[in-house]
Amino acid sequence: MQYLLLIYSNEKEMAAMNPTTLGSMMAEYTEFTKGIVQAGQFKAGDRLKPTSAATTVRARNGQVSTTDGPFAETREQLGGYYLVDAKNLDEAIAIAGRVPGAKWGSIEVRPIWPPQA
Amino acid sequence: MNAGTADHVVEAIFRRESGRVLATLIRLLGDFDVAEEARQEAFTAALEQWPIQGMPENPRAWLIKTGRNKAVDRFRRDAIFRSKVQAREMASAESDAEGVGEDAADDTFGDDRLRLIFTCCHPALSGEAHVGLTLREVCGLTTQAVARAFLVSEETMAQRLVRAKKKIRDAGIPYETPEPSVLDQRIQGVLAVVYGVFTEGYALTSGTQLVDAELCVEAIRLGRLLDELLPLRPGVLGLLALMLLHDARRRARVSQTGDVVLLDNQDRALWDREKIAEGLTLVDRALSMHGQISPYAVQAAIAALHVRAHGKEDTDWPQIVGLYEVLLRLQPNPVVELNHAVAVSMVDGAARALKLIDSLAARGQVSEYHLLHAARGQFLQQLARPEEAREAYRTALTFATLEPERRLLMARLASISEGGGGSTAAGVQSHRDES
Repeated sequence: MQYLLLIYSNEKEMAAMNPTTLGSMMAEYTEFTKGIVQAGQFKAGDRLKPTSAATTVRARNGQVSTTDGPFAETREQLGGYYLVDAKNLDEAIAIAGRVPGAKWGSIEVRPIWPPQA
Repeated sequence: MNAGTADHVVEAIFRRESGRVLATLIRLLGDFDVAEEARQEAFTAALEQWPIQGMPENPRAWLIKTGRNKAVDRFRRDAIFRSKVQAREMASAESDAEGVGEDAADDTFGDDRLRLIFTCCHPALSGEAHVGLTLREVCGLTTQAVARAFLVSEETMAQRLVRAKKKIRDAGIPYETPEPSVLDQRIQGVLAVVYGVFTEGYALTSGTQLVDAELCVEAIRLGRLLDELLPLRPGVLGLLALMLLHDARRRARVSQTGDVVLLDNQDRALWDREKIAEGLTLVDRALSMHGQISPYAVQAAIAALHVRAHGKEDTDWPQIVGLYEVLLRLQPNPVVELNHAVAVSMVDGAARALKLIDSLAARGQVSEYHLLHAARGQFLQQLARPEEAREAYRTALTFATLEPERRLLMARLASISEGGGGSTAAGVQSHRDES
């Protein structure tokens, strides 16, 4: 099965990180990504720019409207994701638990609908 | 065998085998609902065929095979299931079922029952779902019975179960015994669910006494099943011991008028000697095992000391204090701290216990916990500070909600007025272990 691991963290705290901490965090992510690539679990993964760069789009009655900012204001924001292949939820949880961001933020594990036949 | 006898035989087999049959069918068919329907069909077929053809040599294997065949037939018939995904599942169900011969080993069934327990108690499901699924799928209680036990409507409980089963399917919760790296943690989760079922039954709160007793019976049955499937685990042994030692005193802890009877005043003739003997043996086994000490085993050891004593005077309080200190290291929480303080009052006196409780209260986490104020009142009363004791009991009364507990607190309050304080009447015990 495929699972999307959504990485949430507090953007303000992340922005306030000192360069050394940030550097070691990035190194941890590189190491982690390499690990799941080697294990054949990695499908995709990216870091997102902060929600200050977000635009929310809605199409209603043929009219497209846009608003500045994310869909909802929350304490933690979506900051990145991995798309992984896992045997089952237990394996996906094990991978999510190793995502560096799990130590300070949280990882939402969402199964992906299989393609319709 | 005539039809009447057949009904009885099938019914007896249903009671004994229904959980095992379901557990294996879920593995073979990959879906809870499909498996439940298949089991139903298998038992219906048994009612029809056994009186004519005679009992099969291995009824369990017959039921599983029949259930699986019925489900596979239905897959074929039912157009909805003709998607590629279902076809693949069906193919794998058929190949897996090859292993279900008449000689299928008991181990396989044991493994399936464990799979079922771990799946129902999976950490990705909610606490409500754990308890509901476990009672429904592992214990075989009807949805109505589970709903009654938790004071919700049958509809609410049915929806809860449907949602949980949907999550199992959609999220890919595996029907597996967990990997060794997480096994211990997952066993802790299962034990917490079983103990949750037990305490729901043991608390003086919910439902009727009959329903409550049923929950305790189921929890103990689950404990025994876990001990059978996961032998020699201190946590499993400890929990089973703890439940037996509590449950043994069930009949003695509430008077005929519905009042709480504290341990000291309980009629020991009402205690279930058999359960106590079994519980005591299990505690000793749990504590003599190597490895991590289980908090359940420590709690059971405390319960054992209470049961072994003939009364408050010959209770081994210093050892109880020691055990609470072990428990505080393993599982620090305000309730354990409070119980520790009560035990300390029996060894070092009320003054020291009051200090412990005041330091606990000062941290503010449990300021609305009625038993904390009840214990404070008791210590203050023993220290001949009647005004403050009264105040503490009144505070306790503002937070206590259960009628039997309220009556007990009012009696304590009244005893100060009459006796002018300093009485040593039976104390308000701070925890359920001792009531």
